[in-house]
Parts: sequence; structure tokens; C-alpha cells
Amino acid sequence: MNFFLQPLTLLTFFPLVGVLILLFIPSDRKNLLRWVTLGTTLVTFLLSLWVLGMFDASDPHLQLVAQYNWIQVAGWNIQYYLGVDGLSILLVLLTTFLTPISILSTWTAVEERVKDFMIFFLLLEVGMTGVFLAQDLFLFYIFWEFTLVPMYFLIGIWGGPRRIYAAIKFFLYTMAGSILMLLAILWLGNTGKTFSVPDLIAQGNIPVGVQMWLFLAFAAAFAIKVPMWPLHSWLPDAHVEAPTAGSVILAGVMLKLGTYGFLRFNIPLFPQAALEAAPWIALLATIGIIYGAAVSYAQADVKKLVAYSSVSHLGFVMLGMFALNSQGVAGAILQMINHGLSTGALFLLVGMIYEQTHTRELKVYGGLWKITPVFAAIMLIVSLSSMGLPGLNGFVGEFTILLGAFGSQAIGSAWYAAISALGVIMAAVYILYMFQKMFLGPQGEIVDEVKKHGHRIRDLNWREIGIMVPILILIFWIGLYPKPFFALMAPSVDNLVQALNTAALAMH
Amino acid sequence: MTLQPDLTPILPLTLLVVWACALLLVDLYIPKDRKSITALLSALGLALTLGFTLAQIGQEPLASFNDMVVMDGFSVFVNALLLVSGLLGIGLSFGYIKRMNMERGEYYTLMLFSISGMMLMAQAGDLIVVFLALELLSIPLYVLAAFDRPRVESEEAGLKYFLLGAFATGFIVYGTALVFGATGTTSLNGIVTFLGSNENPGLLLTIGAALILVGLGFKIAAVPFHMWTPDVYQGSPTAVTAFMSSGAKIAGFAALLRVFATAFPSIAVDMTGVLWAISALTMILGNLIAISQSNIKRMLAYSSIAHAGYILMAFVPYGNSEVASVSVAAGLFYLVSYAITNFGTWGVVIALEKAEGKGLEIKDYAGLGRKYPALAVAMTIFMLSLIGLPPTIGLVGKFYLFRAVMAGGFTGLAIIGVLTSLISAYYYLRVVVTMYMQEGDPERSRESFLDLTTAFTAIVTVLVSLVPQYLFAWASSAVLKLF
Repeated sequence: MNFFLQPLTLLTFFPLVGVLILLFIPSDRKNLLRWVTLGTTLVTFLLSLWVLGMFDASDPHLQLVAQYNWIQVAGWNIQYYLGVDGLSILLVLLTTFLTPISILSTWTAVEERVKDFMIFFLLLEVGMTGVFLAQDLFLFYIFWEFTLVPMYFLIGIWGGPRRIYAAIKFFLYTMAGSILMLLAILWLGNTGKTFSVPDLIAQGNIPVGVQMWLFLAFAAAFAIKVPMWPLHSWLPDAHVEAPTAGSVILAGVMLKLGTYGFLRFNIPLFPQAALEAAPWIALLATIGIIYGAAVSYAQADVKKLVAYSSVSHLGFVMLGMFALNSQGVAGAILQMINHGLSTGALFLLVGMIYEQTHTRELKVYGGLWKITPVFAAIMLIVSLSSMGLPGLNGFVGEFTILLGAFGSQAIGSAWYAAISALGVIMAAVYILYMFQKMFLGPQGEIVDEVKKHGHRIRDLNWREIGIMVPILILIFWIGLYPKPFFALMAPSVDNLVQALNTAALAMH
Repeated sequence: MTLQPDLTPILPLTLLVVWACALLLVDLYIPKDRKSITALLSALGLALTLGFTLAQIGQEPLASFNDMVVMDGFSVFVNALLLVSGLLGIGLSFGYIKRMNMERGEYYTLMLFSISGMMLMAQAGDLIVVFLALELLSIPLYVLAAFDRPRVESEEAGLKYFLLGAFATGFIVYGTALVFGATGTTSLNGIVTFLGSNENPGLLLTIGAALILVGLGFKIAAVPFHMWTPDVYQGSPTAVTAFMSSGAKIAGFAALLRVFATAFPSIAVDMTGVLWAISALTMILGNLIAISQSNIKRMLAYSSIAHAGYILMAFVPYGNSEVASVSVAAGLFYLVSYAITNFGTWGVVIALEKAEGKGLEIKDYAGLGRKYPALAVAMTIFMLSLIGLPPTIGLVGKFYLFRAVMAGGFTGLAIIGVLTSLISAYYYLRVVVTMYMQEGDPERSRESFLDLTTAFTAIVTVLVSLVPQYLFAWASSAVLKLF
């Protein structure tokens, strides 16, 4: 088949078509720029649905593979190798789903240098989709590092007052992790004579002692991206300073690049090391859950509160994943999607109110329910989803994760799950605290403050409601009927767990 | 066998030298205000020589003049790179020397002479020829460094470069003498033959080799022989800096490789540790000091030092013939990637430089992203390439290099390599931050050849990263006959 007509190639690189068109549009035609970008991302989303349509959920292996020899000289064996399976299909969909939503959210929020913004956003989409689809370590590394560049610009140019500091911190932190991974990739390529991940997994003859080092090198890159406690300190800065759309993508998709990395590379490539590391990762994850929740509660800035809640939520994902059983891993994947939806939605909502009030200080808000009932209602649903109320998506993910973690042989102790369960309660505390501060109680001073400038706080407009509706539908859908989502990933997850069990047997 | 030496190996070289000599005369008849003709004629000479050189790809290695001059895959590769550098150098100089009021015809002839010296260096089969080539390449560079007379900085740069360069040459001559004393020959092949049939002469040879290493270390600006670099790079006319930071480095590495890989593999045990240390120190020091620079020329000077460290990594396993060819090929590839990116970077610097050394602070780049988006994008690409991030040739180069070094068993060095890359990200990104995230009103000069050169290097920087296999293949076939 023609190189560019491969479904996954087309899906990954389609946003570049938008970039090319944008280059020829004058920068002062802002609305045209926005529409073209939105159109491009919507087509990309449709392409991902097309891919979903062709995806065979019962097949645990890589599908729709696009595989070509790329660099095959001088002892190099690098392929252009894309593929999708149950571990990545949902994340790809999440990426293509959140990107147009983010673009819509910038409609009135980004007025400066619209053209550059849109170009960087489309480039970012290419990078993220590529990371989820790449099956060759070299190709993966290129996409992985590439995501840094547009995000760095998005934070650094359109961010808040401390944007430069945040952008550089984000960049250097992430790069520090990935260069260690680079060395591990090179080691694997040198000894395995290939960079293809499925081939390397099939070889599977890495000595256990070496596995641990390689595991750690990969983990360095991914743990910073997740971020796992104690490597999270770049996250609040980046989130708070990033523009709304940047925060949505950062929380919604980019953090998942880290968790996905663990799932795609660390566990299958180094199964023995993963089994040995499981209790330690569970420990860090549990600390992250509690720490993230506690720090969230202490924040005076709404965006920071949401940012720290990510540390807590991603802790759940890591805990479930390193339960290393079907339930835990499946729950972890679903929770990645859930977090993308709920936290993405929270950032969107915070962005919408910030656009009107230009402050994120919790203490100046209050009593908004009466003024903005639609906004409040949506916020309530999203908040409840984020804290894991039964019937909404968060509950399904967290519950499955905790079930997995309780019964996990790899973690070896039910205590982690038990303590983590406290995190769910703590989430209720900080989320409801935020909700109460903003929407209930006496009217906050911000209402008058805005009036002084001749405006008044308005409720959501149709565009903003339109942004939220698709997310809300998914929140309810996953919450009430998660079966199709689990069905998509189940064979691949079982396959992964099977391989782990074999590795565990080999160890003893 | 005839007495007449085979002239094929020196054919491209002769063409260039004759062309340069003729141009020196022709230039007298070109009116002062039309010196562009000289530039175009020089470029033509370089292009013709490049054509002759490329025609030699895939030929059997040749040697002539009693093995004093050789032509093999390695020299063809390096010479092609040098000639392309020369062309890029002329592209950068064309408008610049006009604008800076130093347009004199000999500028271009000096460049041609220097390039012929560099080419001879890559073809040297004898330590004496190394010495001759070194002088031939350096002396025109000393003059070029001081070309912006009577600007004091430029004169100072020329003098400094000359004094330290002469000093370095002294080391090489002394080293050559000691090697001659130890082995009775200065021919690289002769040294190998001698060492193969006699017992190792020991300390004398090692000291001789070490002195040669010191001399060449000066040329490639490796720590601790780098002291001249920042001042000379800063003081010289920027177009000259661009040319010398690529050309002289390529030639220096070519000689280093030629001499060590051909003549001294038997003392690799002693040399590997030394090369390891020099490479590590160069990377660490170059990158660390670059952080604190506020002048872009000075920052790039330290960046150039740091990159010498990366390239040196490739030479560390030179004594282990199994990995040496892979790692030296990686070194060659990295040289290409550095040269291309480096010329592009200097192109941007030249576009923003104003008279009397103004416009050279990093803070002068503020607002570039808004006012001249194309120039800023190009600079961003170059900075990413120097850090080693996608989608640029710099990433591929580092990937190749670190892989080879790890295959050679020097994981520690690779770790230093990646950590210093991280450090370098900080100061390269600062340029990007200034361009895009700070407000300012920079003013650029529009010169078509300069823009062309910058655009060309930017495109190559990205394109080669997508299809690096051809250059890989060429680099690895170029070193095949060396080991």
C-alpha cells in the first residue's frame, strides 16, 4: 500500500496538512486560522474513528501495522514502524478527541500570535499521536522528544507571568529523564541488533541484573513525565503558567505519555525487573496519591489545586498498572482516559472563568451558583467525576484499580491499596472544598470587582457548552456502561499479564 | 613502475591551488567596487574541485610521492565536506565583508589557500605533510582573523591565534622529531611497519604521539588547549569565525584520525585513557562555561569547544579495530552535522550583526520571533540541532555517536555525553527564549547569499535527519580502508 495511505501514517501526520495550509494564511486573519485548525483536528479525529472502526478488539497483537525499513546501513536496523493495539487505541482516541476541544477553548482566549499558536498545537498533536503509535525505539524517541518542543513554546509564549521559568523547567526536567532513556535505548539496540519493540520483547533474553538498570533508565524518563512523587515539581509550575489549552493537553494527554511508556516499554521489555520494582512503585504511587491530595487541599489557586490533583490521580494509575494483574492494568488504562477527560474538563472550566475574572485566587470567589447556574452544574458533574462518584467515569477506574491492587501478588501487600483508598476520600475533600468556595456561600468579591470594570460575570455561552457536552457524554458513558471500553483493551491486557506470569515463573 | 609520480591523488588539490594562484592575479584587474566577481570565481573553483573530488568516490585507495599523499574514501569524504564548508563560508562572507567595509579580493583567495591546506591535511600520509598542511591551512586563517584591521579586537584575534597556533605547531614538529627518533621514519605506513617488526620503542614514541596530540588539540580546540578559542572567535570577523570553527576543526580531526588510526594503534593502550579524559573535560568545561556567556559569539565559541569534545568521543575506541570503524564513521557523521548546523547558526548571527560589533549580545535577539519569523525558525532549528533534539541532524548525530561509544564499552563517557547535552540545552534554549518570549525590535541585514546559505543549512539540518541512511552509508564506507 502507498506509504502515506496507511491508516496510522495518515492519522499521525495529517495535522501537518493543516500546518502547511496555515503557513499560507496571513497572520491577521485570526478566525480563518482558527477554523482551519479546528477543521484539521476534526478530520484527524474522524481518521482516528476510522482507525477504531478497522480495529479488531479481539486481537491482542499490533494491528494496522505500517512497517518499512528506514535506516538499514552500518549495523543499524531502524524501521518506520507504527502499530496500534488495545493498550494504545484509547489513548490515541483521547488525543484526537481532546485536541479539537482544546482548539475550541482558545477561540477567544488566544488573541496574540494565533498563527504560531495553532501551528505549534498541530505539531504537538503529531508528536503525541506518534508516541502512542511508534513501535520502533528510535522512532518513538524522536516523537517523544519532539513533543517537548511545541509544548515548550506554548507555555513560554502564551503562558502566565512566570511562563519562561516554567517552560524551561518543564523542558529541562523532561529532557533530563529522556537522555537516560536514550542510553538504555542504545544499549537495547546494540545488544538486540534491532530497535523494534515487538522483536526486542520476543528476544527477551536480557539478564535480570541488566534489566533493572534498563528499567530504571526508562523509568526515569516516564516517571518524570507522569509525574511520580518525588519528581513532580515541574508540574504545578507548567500547569499554572500554561495557557488553558496547553494545560488541557498537558494534563489530558502528555502525562499519559509517561504512564503509557511504562505500559508499553518498561513492563513488557523488562518483566522481571517490573515484578521486582512493583512494591517500590506502589509505595511511590501511594505516597503520590496522599501527598497530591493533601497539597491540593492547601492551594489557594484553583489551577494549582487541579494541577496537584493530577499527581494524586496519576498515582492511582501507577498503582493499578504495577499491580501487574488484568484488573489493575485495565483499570489503569481506563483511569488514564478518565483523568484526561475529568482533569481536562476542570482545566477548561477554570480557564473559562479565568477569561472573565483574570484571577484564580479561590478566596475571591463565592456564590457563583446563582450567577452562572449552567457553569456551576457542569462544574459539579466534572468535580464529582474527578472525585470518583459511582455512576461517573472516575469511580469505574479507581474501583477497578483498587480491586487489582488489593489482590496483587506483585505488590505483595494490601496495605498500599488500603491507604490509597483514603486518597479517594481526600479527593472528595479538596474537590468539594473548591466547589464550595467557588459556587456556594456568600457572593465573592470578584463579582463586584468585575462589575467595577464595566462587565459582569456571564454564564457559559453556546461555544463553551458545546466544548463541554462531548466530555460530559463520555463521563456518563464510561460511568454507566464501561464495558465497550474494557472490551477494546482486554485481549492486549491479558496478553501482557500472561507474559508477566511466564516471566514470574521463569524467575522462581 | 615509472619514475613519474602518480598525480591523480593530488589532482583536485592542484586544481584548487592553481585556481587560487590565478585568482590572485586576476583579482588585480577586477575593479574595487566589483569584488563580487572574485567571490563568484572562488566559489566556481571550489565547486569544480568538489566535482573532481566527488568523482573519486568508490575508487581504490591511491598513494603517491612515496606514500606521502594518499587518496582514499576517508580523504574524499573529508575533502568533500571541506569544500562544501568553503562554499558555505563564501555564502556567509559575500555580503558581510561588503557591509563591514573589508571587501578586498585577497579575502577569498586566502580562503581557498586555507581550504587547500585542510584538504592536504586529510590526505597526509606522512607526518611532514601533516606539518606542511597545518601551516598552509593556518597562515591564511591568521590573516583572515585579523582581516578587519584596524579594529583592535580583530587584530588582537589574529595575533593571538598566530602566537598560540605557532606554539601548537611547535609541539607537532617536536612530536614528529621524537617519533622519527623512535622509529626512524615519518611515514605513517613506515611507522606501522616498523612497529610491526620491532619491539615497541616505548616512552619516546608515546611522548612523540602525545605531543602531536597536543598540537592537534590546539587546532580542534579541545580542553585544556582551548584557551585561545573564545577570544579569537569573538574578535575575528564573524564570517571568518564561521569558516574557521568548522573548517579548521574538520581538518584537525581528519589529521588526528589519520595519524592515530594509521600509525599509532599499537600505543592505543596509553592513548585511550588520555583521549577519554580530554573528551570528557572538553564536553564538561565547554558546556559549563557557555552557560555564563552573554555574547552570542563567545557562547558559540564555547559551544564549539564542547562539540569538539563530542567528536573526540568517537576517537576514544580507535585502537579496538572492531568498534573503531563504526565509531569513527559516527565521528565523521557528527562532523558533518556539526559543520552544517554551525554554518547556519553563524549565518543568523551575521544577519543580525551590525557595525562595530553591535547586535551580538544574546539580548539583542529579543523579539526576533515576531519580527523575522523565518530567521527565528531557522535559528530554533539550529539550536535544537546543537542540543540534539528532533527533528534535526544533531539528534541523529548524537544517537549514532553515543551508540558507537557504548558499543566500544565506554558507557561512562556516553553518560557524560548525555548529561552535558542536558546542560547545553539550557544555554541554547536561552537563545530561543529570547527570540520568542521577550519583547524587542531587532534589525537584520538582507543579503541574498546569506539568506540562501542559512535557508539551505536549515533545510539540510531537518531533511538529513529524516533520511540519514545515505550519509551513514557513505561515512561508514569512507572509513573501511582505514582499519
